[in-house]
Parts: sequence; structure tokens; C-alpha cells
Amino acid sequence: MPDKGLGQLSDGLLFTAVVVYALAMLGYAGEQASRKARRAVTAVRAESRVLLGAGGPPVSAPAVPVVTERPSRAGRIALVLTLGGWLVHATSLVLRGFAAGRVPWGNMFEFSSAVALVAVTAFLLLVGRGAVERSLGAFVMLPVVLYLGLASSVLYTEAGPLVPALNSYWIKIHVAAAVVASGSFLLSGVIALLYLLRSRYDAGVEARKSPRFPVSLGAQLPSAPVLDRVSYSVIAFAFPVWTFAIIAGAIWAEAAWGRYWGWDPKETWSFITWVLYAGYLHARATAGWKGRKAAWVAVAAAVALVIDYYVVNIFVVGLHSYA
Amino acid sequence: MTELDEATRLTTQPAPVQQPRRGDPFGPLRLGWRQLTSMRTALLLLFLLALASVPGGFLPQTSLNPIRVDQYIREHRTLGPLLDRLQLFDVFSSTWFSAIYLLLFISLVGCLVPRTRLHLKALLTKPPKVPRSLAKLPVSERWESDADVDTALAQARSALRGWRVVRRGDELSAEKGYLRETGNLVFHLSLVLLLVGIAIGAFRGFKGTVLVVEGRGFSNTIASYDDVHPGRRFSPASLVPFSVDLKDFRATYGDDGKALTFNADVSWSKLGGTPKGYDVRVNHPLAVDGAKLYLIGHGYAPHILVKDADGTVLDDAPVPCLPQDPQFLSTCVIKQPSTKGKQVGFRGVFTPTTVTDEGGRVGSAYPGPKNPALTLTAFVGNLGIDSGIPQSVYTLETKSMTPVDNGQARALLPGQSWKLPTGVTLTYVDTREWATFQVTQDPGKLLALIASVGMVAGLMLSLFVRRRRLWVRAGGGPGEPTTVQVGGLARTDPDRFASEFAAITARMRE
Repeated sequence: MPDKGLGQLSDGLLFTAVVVYALAMLGYAGEQASRKARRAVTAVRAESRVLLGAGGPPVSAPAVPVVTERPSRAGRIALVLTLGGWLVHATSLVLRGFAAGRVPWGNMFEFSSAVALVAVTAFLLLVGRGAVERSLGAFVMLPVVLYLGLASSVLYTEAGPLVPALNSYWIKIHVAAAVVASGSFLLSGVIALLYLLRSRYDAGVEARKSPRFPVSLGAQLPSAPVLDRVSYSVIAFAFPVWTFAIIAGAIWAEAAWGRYWGWDPKETWSFITWVLYAGYLHARATAGWKGRKAAWVAVAAAVALVIDYYVVNIFVVGLHSYA
Repeated sequence: MTELDEATRLTTQPAPVQQPRRGDPFGPLRLGWRQLTSMRTALLLLFLLALASVPGGFLPQTSLNPIRVDQYIREHRTLGPLLDRLQLFDVFSSTWFSAIYLLLFISLVGCLVPRTRLHLKALLTKPPKVPRSLAKLPVSERWESDADVDTALAQARSALRGWRVVRRGDELSAEKGYLRETGNLVFHLSLVLLLVGIAIGAFRGFKGTVLVVEGRGFSNTIASYDDVHPGRRFSPASLVPFSVDLKDFRATYGDDGKALTFNADVSWSKLGGTPKGYDVRVNHPLAVDGAKLYLIGHGYAPHILVKDADGTVLDDAPVPCLPQDPQFLSTCVIKQPSTKGKQVGFRGVFTPTTVTDEGGRVGSAYPGPKNPALTLTAFVGNLGIDSGIPQSVYTLETKSMTPVDNGQARALLPGQSWKLPTGVTLTYVDTREWATFQVTQDPGKLLALIASVGMVAGLMLSLFVRRRRLWVRAGGGPGEPTTVQVGGLARTDPDRFASEFAAITARMRE
């Protein structure tokens, strides 16, 4: 039977995690802002040096605050906050499982929380492996915070038992794989968008135009090839997992509904998502599709994934309409 | 192709489409074939496939829910028929969808065959010769060694454990990661096998559904089913001979009315065999040889007794009612044509936990049978059964009938009776439950499963194995120290290869 106290504790922890993530986001943004300020200082100094070198009258150094070691500290604090938020978030999910006496991904609310946890995990792993700068966190934590906020306000469901159709050990396998793949895919979608932003910014700089917001944010981002590579590696990891999730779902469907594939709306959208990611992997290796076009495919695939989870569950009648 | 190109071509991906020679009579055909099997076309077909599936994900589909399709067409008077003509309610069996995936698979096979040949050749040939300038490669290193050329090469070779190495003169060529392309080919070949498995199921498979009331049964023959979906090449002889009796059906619900469990306690036997018990549940079908029996629905069947004016028993059987809402308010129809006087018919609702609102309307507050009642309106006259027009047992045609009590409904509790003015008596005896079963035979299922395993395995190899090449050249005259040059190349993940390369060269220098 559901344990109310544990459930409430889990909800409280999730709220805490969201707040901590939001603080981490501010930390990353602070790091970027001060780095930008430092860059401005360097630019001004370089300019004054040029003027001096040109033999003009001596120019005194402009009164711009000198940036010290602060920025990296803000970033480090942000990373620690992200780790702390991750721990609280994971604990919330585990408690939810105990509260309901089952795996903590039995309805859309729990599923969203688990997907966000995977996305944060993947981001932390990428930073840990040195694949991306941690300052990317500002752009990653923003969607995570929004997503979790939306999930816990709109989709909130109290911890409870599963409907009979979900009562199978396949929920551990099929849904866990879907959660891991989705969290990674959504992260890669965000990175693909950032890649598009950065390459727009680069194109603007090349054309000697000063880019406006939001393209101007491109200056804060890692280089386009780095973003492209990271987005690819996350998708390359998630795609086999997604394939496995669909196959595990098909095996479960065979046991539950008497057919392994029936073009139920959720199956159809999983298929569309799969085909689009397959398209992305091919596009990235095809002349004329590399780079921006491939990144748009990754974004489209992430959109199909969101439709698969949210639009299908909420607006389309099908066998997967549970919660 | 230059020597460096040849050595560094680390892929069996086909070259871009080239124009055929002039004067070639099959030129246009050849060009068309090359276009179809080109990566660009395959990519386009892939996107088309995704796009073509979209209406199937939003519009109701006949294969899933024909009633909702009819409703949609009725509600959208101009758009509905147009969409229907474009096969948008049957997306996945439509001509255009089939055309896309067939073209895609032809393109795939056309790409797969030459690539398999190239890969087999690559597996049989030795790693390519050392390029002239190793320094031009993405990673390279050069050092001097006190050892002689042979010793230096032997040491280099021992650092390349797990690589395929060949020595030509004073040079080593090494390669690793052939499984990448093997995995790629296995994945795509598995896709073709999957399609074959699906096709076998679609042509030779069978699906039938049947409603069974507690205490009754059915046998696995075409005639037993209420609804059958045989494949186009299905032979009724391939139906597994067995029969099933539904002994008891139980559903349990939480306090909020959400279903917790469904159990169908059945007894089944193969032709001439001894009966065995089985507990059919959701996620727990009964398997008999190649056939599987699933529990797919349930409902209530009030047991009724109909007596004629003279006391003759006309009917003594459960009447399955069709659930209309989550609380199992169900519609029931009872027809009795064999009366001596006028024919009688009843129409109404069964409510497992009956509640009545202020307006006197009957409803159900809970799906379990806490307070069952059968609320009926009676009609006398002509049922229209003998008119030759087929009728559903679940609808009552009241055109030639007159309502009893001015159409006033009467609620019956278990054990209660209703005597009509014609003398016919209906008694609601007790409540039974029914279950719907689906029996499926899909001979292509195993192949589809094997193909799926191949897909995942192939995919993992093709995405995680990295193919790379490494070359070593050692040289130096007598009395001089030996110069060792090493160069390497990887198509994917150059950063990781750079650190791997550094580790290997460190071992070579030890």
C-alpha cells in the first residue's frame, strides 16, 4: 500500500532539487558573465596598447573593474550544487519508489522526473570526462528546471499502485531503457540547438556583423565542432538503448496485448523518433547533410520524442493512455 | 586514388554517384539504380518514412479502432471522406506508405550487397602499405632507438596486441576494429530479416476474438470467434486444435475504482487431451503450441430467466452487457422471439454499484458488483428478426414495437421479476461475468525476435567499435641509431585515438 509520509518526503526533496538546480544555473551564468566582463577588459587593454604602440599620446588605463579569481569559483560552486541537486533528486526518486512499493516510473510525473535525472547524469558525466566545459550548465540546467517545474505542477500524481496492464517485470526493463534513452536524447537535443546557435554566431562573426540576442549567446558556448561531437556521442549512446527499449516494449506488448507491434499511437511515435535518429546518424556521415542540417534532424527527432511522451499520452487515445 | 588516399580510406561507404559512360545503352537504368542506392536517396526515403507515419500517429486508424474512424468521418463531412480516399485512416497499409518502405528496403539491399562484398574483401586482405609520409597523418611520432631494426619492429609488434599486423620489409601495417563494419552490416541485414518476419506474420498469421461468459467455453475454430482477422495466406488447417472453458473471472478494484487485477480461471485441453487449469491474466497469456490466448476485456452478464404466459421457460441464460464507462455501467439488450403471443424485447442498463441521481437517472458508482441492478424498458410487438435484414444481438429495433408502461423503465434487483401485460415474465436471477479472449497465431514472430536481437547487437558494434590504422617504419644504416616512425589514423573519436596512440607508442619505446 502507498506510504503517504514517504511520498511527501519525496515530493519535498524533488522541490529542493529543483531549487538547487536553479541556483546552480545562476552560478554557471555568473561564471559566464564574469568571463565576458574579463574578455571585455582584455579587449580594452589590447586597444590601449595598440594606441600606445601607434605613437599617440599616452592613454591611461580605463577604470574598468579588474576581474580576479572569482569567476572560476562561481563555476565550481555551480558544479557542486549540480552534484548536490542530483543527489537530492535521485533520493527523491528512490523514496518515491519505496512510497509506491514499485519502480518509480509508473506514471508521467515520475517518468519526467526520471528522464530529467538521466539528463543531469549525462551532463555531469560529460563534464567529468572533459567532453564539455561546465559553463554549458547554464544552458542545460535551464530546460531541466523548466521541465521539472512543469512536470511537478501539471503532471503531478500521488504515489499509488500500477494499473494491471503495467504490472509486469517488463516495466523495469522497457521503461528504464526508455527513460535512459529519453534523458540522453533530450540532452542531445538541447546541445544540438546550442550547436545551431553557435554556428549562427560564427557565421555572423565571419560576416563581420555583431550578432543580436539570442545569437549573441553563441560567444558563451563551446566551439561548434565540440558541440556537434558531444551531441553526436550522446545520440550514439542513446540510439541502441532506444532501439532496445522499443524491442523490449514489443516483447511486452506481445505478452500483454497479443501482438508485438500494432501501430498504436505511442508505437507510431516511437517509430518516428527512431527513424529520425537513424536519419541523423546517416545524415552526419553524408556529404551535404553534415553540420547544420544534421543538427536540425536531431532537433526534429527530439521534438518527435516529446510528442511521443506528452502529446500522445494527453491528447491521443491509445493503449498507452495510463496516467 | 593516391597512395595516401588508398591507405587512409577507412570506410567501405560507397563513393558518390557518378555519371555513366556515354553511349552506354543501360546508362539511364544504371544511373537510376545508383541514385536509388545512394546514401542521399536512402536518407530522403528515411525522412519520408517518418513524415508518412505522422498522420498514423494523430488520426484514428481503422486497424486500431474502426468505430472512431467512422465517427471522425461523420463529424468531418468534407475533410473525412477526402482523408479516407487518401488512405489516411489506413496509413500503415496504404499504397504510398508501402511504396516508401519498399523503395527504402530495395535501396538498402542495393547498398548492402556491394558493401558486404567490400567488407569481406577487406577482411581477407592485409592492412594497406605504409604511406610515404607518416608525418602527414593526424597522429605521428618519431624517435631514435639503440636497438636494431628487427628488434625495434618486434617490440613495436608486441605493443600491438589485438591488432592485425603485417610486416613488409622494414615496415609494419596494423589495423583494428573490423567489427565496426561487421556490426553495421549485421544491423542492416537484420532490418531486412525483420521485414520478412513481419510479412510472414501478416500473410500466415491469425487473430480471433471471442466473448465467453463464466461457465462456458469455446474451441479454436474459425466458427467460434465473434471477430476474425486471418492473414491473406492463412490456412484454417493451421489453427492449433484446443478448447477452453472459462470457470471463473475475477476483477479487483481499489477504493477509487481503479482496476488492480484481472484473473480468468480457465480449464483448457488439446483435442482428446486431459483438461488442465490455467490462470490467464493481463501480461500472462496461455500458450498452446503456436497459439496464444490473451485476456483482453471483461464485463457483466446478468443471468435472466424468461417464462411465457403459460409458464414455459423460453430462456435461462446470462446476457452479456457492453460496458460504457469506467464504472461499468453497461448496456443490455434482451430479445425473445419465441413467445406464443407478441414478441418481446428489453433494452436497458446494468449497473454493478447502482446509484440514482435526483432526476431519477441510474448510474454506477463503482466497477465492482456492490449493489447490482438491471434497469430495463420493455417493448412488445415485432422484433423484425424474420425480416431478413441482419441484426446485432446488442441492438433492439423498436420500429414495429410499442413500449410497455409508456416506456417507463423498471429497476430489478437480483431475484426480482417483471411480468409484462402479455403474460411474459422476466426474472433477473443473478450476476455473472464475461471475459473476451483473443487467440493469436503468428508464425513470423520468432524470426522478428531474432532479427531484433541482431539489430541491437549490430548497432552496438557499429557505434562503439572504432576502426583505426597504424603504421610503423624503422630504418637506419649500420652504426647509426635506428629511427622509428609511427603514424596513425582513426575515423571516429580522434581524441580517444590520440591517447590510445600515445599509450601504444610509449609501449613501443620501452
